[in-house]
Formats: sequence, structure tokens, C-alpha cells
Amino acid sequence: MTNTLHRYGSAESFDDDYIVFATPSNGRNEIGSLPKLKKFLELALPFKPVNIGDPVHGGSLRPEKGLHTSANWNRDMTPNFQAVIDGLTEPASVVAIFDNQSSAEQFLKVAVEADLGLSVNMSTSVQGAVECCKFAGIKRHSVGYSLGFEGATDKLPNSQALALSTMCGHGMISSSLAKKMIDWVKEGRRTPAQAVTYMTRFCSCGVFNPVRAQRILEEARKKME
Amino acid sequence: MRINPDKCVACGNCTYACPMGAIYVDPAIKRATINRDECVECYACYNGLSTEHLNPSIVRNIRKFFQMGRLRFDPEPDVCPTAAFEPDELQWPRVVRRAFSDPRATHESTGVQGRGTEEVKTNDVTGRVKQGEVGFTIEFGRPGVGVWIRDIQKMTWALAKAGVAFEKKNPFTLLMTDVATGTLREDVLNEKVLSAIVEIKVGVERTEEIIRLVHEIEKEVDTVVSLGVGTRCDENGEDKIVAPILERLGYKIERAKTNMGLGRVTNPAAEKAEAKQDPVEQSR
Repeated sequence: MTNTLHRYGSAESFDDDYIVFATPSNGRNEIGSLPKLKKFLELALPFKPVNIGDPVHGGSLRPEKGLHTSANWNRDMTPNFQAVIDGLTEPASVVAIFDNQSSAEQFLKVAVEADLGLSVNMSTSVQGAVECCKFAGIKRHSVGYSLGFEGATDKLPNSQALALSTMCGHGMISSSLAKKMIDWVKEGRRTPAQAVTYMTRFCSCGVFNPVRAQRILEEARKKME
Repeated sequence: MRINPDKCVACGNCTYACPMGAIYVDPAIKRATINRDECVECYACYNGLSTEHLNPSIVRNIRKFFQMGRLRFDPEPDVCPTAAFEPDELQWPRVVRRAFSDPRATHESTGVQGRGTEEVKTNDVTGRVKQGEVGFTIEFGRPGVGVWIRDIQKMTWALAKAGVAFEKKNPFTLLMTDVATGTLREDVLNEKVLSAIVEIKVGVERTEEIIRLVHEIEKEVDTVVSLGVGTRCDENGEDKIVAPILERLGYKIERAKTNMGLGRVTNPAAEKAEAKQDPVEQSR
């Protein structure tokens, strides 16, 4: 999976986007990893992640099946972090998203000290990850660079819709929905905070960053690019 | 995937939810309809939309009444009010669409949810990409464009001709009938998927050659290509080899995924095998 690698934006635009995830390796260390994965997420909570999740069950704000009609007026938009941890039932990559470097690097330091034995990765700007490693007192093992999008790029949407939709690397947030949410925010039909909750629910593994999305929507409200 | 016409009220919410833009309200029947040719069975509609269980007849009448008065509807945009989506029992080869498009569909071949393998994410325990090597993830179709598998074969043929090694555990490699030539199964060529990742590994000295090759072949493929380049850092945690090559080729590297090197092999059977095969790596 390269679902967090190819987010669209400049390195500066990732200043509020630090994704830290723990991955069990099939056949190597996945046996007995479930409590370690839960521990990883529990360790993240004091540093106030903006989202957490796993690819089997989703993030901290999920689609709701069988809504009551009254939900159209008083829907619960609160992310539920504990439900993600409690609902983890099998080994899979778990992820915690932070909107600032300080939280990400402090969490990384704690994860190093916890010595869970799982592979831990950080997806953000190259420099952001280097600085977090330095803070945590570790050296990078490997690095995977994104070279961006090539080929038939004329098929891609505008840059803001692209920045929003690529925050679900699995492609579950359509560019049409992202564009619609930009339009609704511009029209004043929804606030950026409300619009973000709709998109967040489509992300199937919890890597969507609602804080970065809200910033992008605020920028798009004033100027569409 | 199908939309139950008895339930659909043509609210149109799902037309925005579809990453492929394959859902539309058919004016002839006044129901949301799926273009099956373009649908990649990603289940974004079924999994991503919240649902209500309203009475379809009542909702249709309310909608008609509002339309007559030119009143704007303002429903929650991520809700299917009548839970009209119903998954099909997918058969081969159409089931390939779902395997490469729905992130919750596990690839039985790798045990990994999603389209690829663990690549550099678990390089600290697998040692898949060693110093002096470069792992490429060549992803087709994302974001939001999709790709016909027959188009990817143009790339796998070219890569095979260049003598590269395809990652054995990658789900897409398992669609090949001949890994030496990069030839794919005939019966899957006309399937469309949300995205597929071809993974290869070469010596670092071939980095530029492979990038240029991918760049050349992607002109023949009618979709977007996202290229990822992974490498092992040196003992100081630095990469002084691959990043300079990429910069020399004109790439401005904005983002990366960094493996922190905290993983260990702990499965008893794997530990024994590791010790037997690679005592140096095991003692790391």
C-alpha cells in the first residue's frame, strides 16, 4: 500500500500532516501483534492525534448504517478514538495522524521507548521526518519517495480537490465529492468543519487528515485554484 | 454492485460518492444507475455512504412536491436515504476489479489489504530492499482515474524486456502467466480497476534508466501514474545516493515515507528461518 505516500501538495503544505503508523509483517512478526498495535494507538492518544484508524474497520469517524431521520438535524460528528482501539480485532497497519510536528516527534519518541518490535513509519515531508527522527534519537532505516503524478494528468481535478481526495490514498474520497464540498463551503451551505466530516467517513483506514482538509477548504472558500 | 430500483429515490448523493464517476441518474427511469463498464467494484458507495431506511414512495413524493415549488433540497450529502445499494455476487474475472479497488478486500496472495505489498514499510524486518538496491512502486490509475489492466501490460512487457525482477508477493505479479515476459492472464485484460501497483527492484545504478523507461511507456497508457522510489538508508540514517539521482533528474521531492527501523522478527518459525538464511540481518 502506498496510500499515504502520494498526497498532493508542496512540502510546506505537509506542515500540518504527520502520519505515523505501525505495521506487522506477514509471517515475520504478526503473531501476537494485536495487543502491541492497540498499545501503539493508546500511546498516541495523549498527543492528540486528529485521526486514528486501521484498514479493516476505518477511522475515528465512520459511516453509520441505519441512521434515524433526526440525524439530518442533530447528527453526531464527534470522532471516537476509543472505538478504533477497542474495535481492532486482527493484525493490520494502524495509524495516528497529527497536525503538528511537535506532537508527532514526541509520540515517535514514546513509540521508540515502548519498543513494540513493529515496523514504524512516518509519512510527511522528507525534512519533517528527518527532524522527528533526530528528536527521537533514531536513524532512518529506509525511505520511500513520492515522485508525484505523471502520465495522463489532464484527467486530474483542480489542485484543491486533488489535495483533498488524495488524503485517502485508497481513492475512496472521490474528487467529485471533494469538489462538491468546496462548492458547498463557498456557497455557505456547510462550514469547512462540517464538510470535512462527510469526507472523513469515506476514508476506509483513517489516514484522512481533517485539520489539513479544513485548512484547504478555508483556502478554497476565498480562492479556487 | 447494483442499485435496487425499487428503493432508489434518485437523490443523486451517490453520483458524487463514486470515485470513478460511474453512477448517474438515468432520466428514462429516474433512478440512479451504475455504468457497469466503468464501475471498478471499489464499494465506496456501499461502504462509504451512511444509510437511512426511509420509505421510498414517501421520499419520492416529498421530492416531487419540493421540485414543483422549486425548493432546494439540502440533505446530508453522504447518506443514501433508502439503503439502495446491494453488492453483487462477483464472479471471475470481474472479482479482480474488487480485489484491486476495494481496500477492505484482502488479497489472498499477500494477506495485505489494499493493492500492493508491505514494500519499504516493513523493510526493517524483511530486508526486501538492501543497500545498493532501489525498489520501485509504479502505481496506475490513482488518483481517481482508474486503469484497464490491458494498459498496464504495456508497462510490464517493457519492464520485463529490460530484465527487471517483479516483486513475487505483489498481487499484480500473480496475475502474470509469464513473469519473464511480463505477460498477464488473458481473461483479466479487459477488467478496469481503481489502481494497481507494479513493484520491481533493481540495482541503484539502474535508477535513472528505469525512471526514463517508465516515463516513456506511460505516454502510451491512458491513465495517471504515481511513481514511488524506495531505498535503504546508510548506517547514519542518510540517503546520499538515490535522492541526489532524483534531484538531478529534476524531481522536487515533496513527500516521503520513512521507515524508522523499529521492527523485529518475532514469529518463532520466521526467527529460525532468518537465523539460518541471514545471521547478520537477524542479529541487527
